[in-house]
Amino acid sequence: MTITIFVPRDAAALALGADRVATAIAREIETRGLDARIVRNGSRGMHWLEPLVEVRTEKGRIAYGPVKPSDVPSLFEAGFLQGADHPLCRGRTKEIPFLARQTRLTFARCGVTDPLSLEEYRHYQGMKGLEKAVTLQPADIVQQVTDSGLRGRGGAGFPTGIKWKTVLEAPGAQKYIVCNADEGDSGTFADRMIMEGDPFVLIEGMAIAGLATGATKGFIYTRSEYPHAIETMTAAVEIARKAGILGPSVLGSGKAFDMEVRVGAGAYVCGEETALLNSLEGKRGIVRAKPPLPALQGFLGRPTVVNNVISLASVPVIMDRGAAFYRDFGMGRSRGTIPIQIAGNIRYGGLFETAFGLTLGEIVDDIGGGTASGRPVRAVQVGGPLGAYFPRALFDTPFDYEAFAARDGLIGHAGITVFDDTVDMLKQARFAMEFCAVESCGKCTPCRIGSTRGVETADKIAQGIEPQKNRELLADLCNTMKFGSLCALGGFTPYPVLSAMNHFPEDFSPAPIAEAAE
Amino acid sequence: MNVHVLGSDVETRTLAIVGDLKGLEGPLLPILHEIQAEFGYVPQESLPVIARELNLSRAEVHGVVTFYHDYRDHPTGRHVLKLCRAEACQSMGGDALAERVKALLGIDFHQTTLDGAVTLEPVYCLGLCSCAPAAMLDGEVHGRVDAELARELVAEARR
Repeated sequence: MTITIFVPRDAAALALGADRVATAIAREIETRGLDARIVRNGSRGMHWLEPLVEVRTEKGRIAYGPVKPSDVPSLFEAGFLQGADHPLCRGRTKEIPFLARQTRLTFARCGVTDPLSLEEYRHYQGMKGLEKAVTLQPADIVQQVTDSGLRGRGGAGFPTGIKWKTVLEAPGAQKYIVCNADEGDSGTFADRMIMEGDPFVLIEGMAIAGLATGATKGFIYTRSEYPHAIETMTAAVEIARKAGILGPSVLGSGKAFDMEVRVGAGAYVCGEETALLNSLEGKRGIVRAKPPLPALQGFLGRPTVVNNVISLASVPVIMDRGAAFYRDFGMGRSRGTIPIQIAGNIRYGGLFETAFGLTLGEIVDDIGGGTASGRPVRAVQVGGPLGAYFPRALFDTPFDYEAFAARDGLIGHAGITVFDDTVDMLKQARFAMEFCAVESCGKCTPCRIGSTRGVETADKIAQGIEPQKNRELLADLCNTMKFGSLCALGGFTPYPVLSAMNHFPEDFSPAPIAEAAE
Repeated sequence: MNVHVLGSDVETRTLAIVGDLKGLEGPLLPILHEIQAEFGYVPQESLPVIARELNLSRAEVHGVVTFYHDYRDHPTGRHVLKLCRAEACQSMGGDALAERVKALLGIDFHQTTLDGAVTLEPVYCLGLCSCAPAAMLDGEVHGRVDAELARELVAEARR
């Protein structure tokens, strides 16, 4: 009986040496003449344990990590192929507390399967959603998604079903599904993990969206910074096409849907849906004014669904298990599960999918285990570069769209970046403005000019030049950017800046060195 | 090979790439990516060819090339080292790492070492935020880059 060993191919595992570990394991198998094979799976999302090697045994899958190439001979000596104990042994994978506490719906297969094995995908309940969808009328699919309460996971939180309904009812011979995989927010990697770890779930979700809205063509617009995701996603599309999942007759339904993977060129603003559409059309990634909505006039002026990777990848399980099943998770108007990405200076960093409603403190202290540096947590930025910094005093905020908005924050794409007490919040506020200045598309004045003035004003505060006046000026500038910008880049840059100023005022009153010198 | 090539050669090879891809919906970015993969940068001489074939003005093509951070108008060094500069990497000492790497190479961001070995570029997020700070050397990713690994990467790139 051939023994199966799993070594992840996810970029986070590769960045920590997974390829070298796989090579070392292959060498041992050969020199010892063993009957074993290596499967390159996705990541389980426990990144502090990467590279996390698993072995399938009679007792289930046993985890070992973090494995270095030099650990490999000792693993074989200890008998890890039979699941034997070893200093790196973590026991049964699914019983590791970080994983056992999760509710994995969207990420059910991620890290479990070979990402490019359609057979394994089907074995682990894949394709059941699409199989149901081909038997339904478009309006019924849209109704299911609406009833599930699914909201856009890219950050805006717009109800997915309503967007689909608009496209379904829009007149037009050619409609499109565009998957926004331009995951540029620091602290986020959920889209990347799905594309590298379970690409067929995204393909399935997009095909369902196509059937639901009458769109026959899809695009996945991802980032050039994600070479592994591009490679895996492209290969998966090809496999799906050969298997008749994509093409002129989706699963033999007679309805067509096909897709292409497209790669951006390093512009953060292209994560904004209208800039993304311009980029996809081959133009500069300049934001478009809304209306018209992309749902009515999107790609090439035609009706277009633009959804985030996680929104689309959550659709198959909704179709398979039903709207009520999904809706029963969560709190308030935030239904279902959310893959929280715990990043930065964190002890147990990775991806944690759970129902909405955990508090920020539970996520950071309890699940994340505090900082990697061992120092106290001072600030956490939730929702990427455009998200607010939260102090410990707000750690009772539940993870929910409305609860974060009520505290002048946002959950965004659900990335949490943790900082210890060495962080300088004035520097972080300045960086937010600087990032906006670098990445602004230039179309609207508050964002284009305001961000540059913001950097200058932050510098004046740091230099102790009229600090009170410049703090007021910075707040006023934020107000102008927030209400005067065309899109979320200029409009949300004030979140990190104002939250840093409001919650950490001590960092904005530097010691008056200049005066002392005079 | 990242070396400057003759103008007439650029035109022929550009024409072939455009011919392959112009049937796509919104073909310009895929074409520019291919051209950069072919030449190592986007040569000025290719712009009028693209404009003519796609029925765009040269200004439009120039506007697109210069809008995106990825497209370069000159070749890089033999290796490209990218360091993540975003928040998650900042929280794990990314700024200090960047200073160390700059000192080791003797160059700033967007510069190439005098021997033509290494170009240093900033990148805003490689999606490796739970194993920060992160770097990418010629498409190969590295996480938890400490002082020792930084030295190894620089040495590897120098070779």
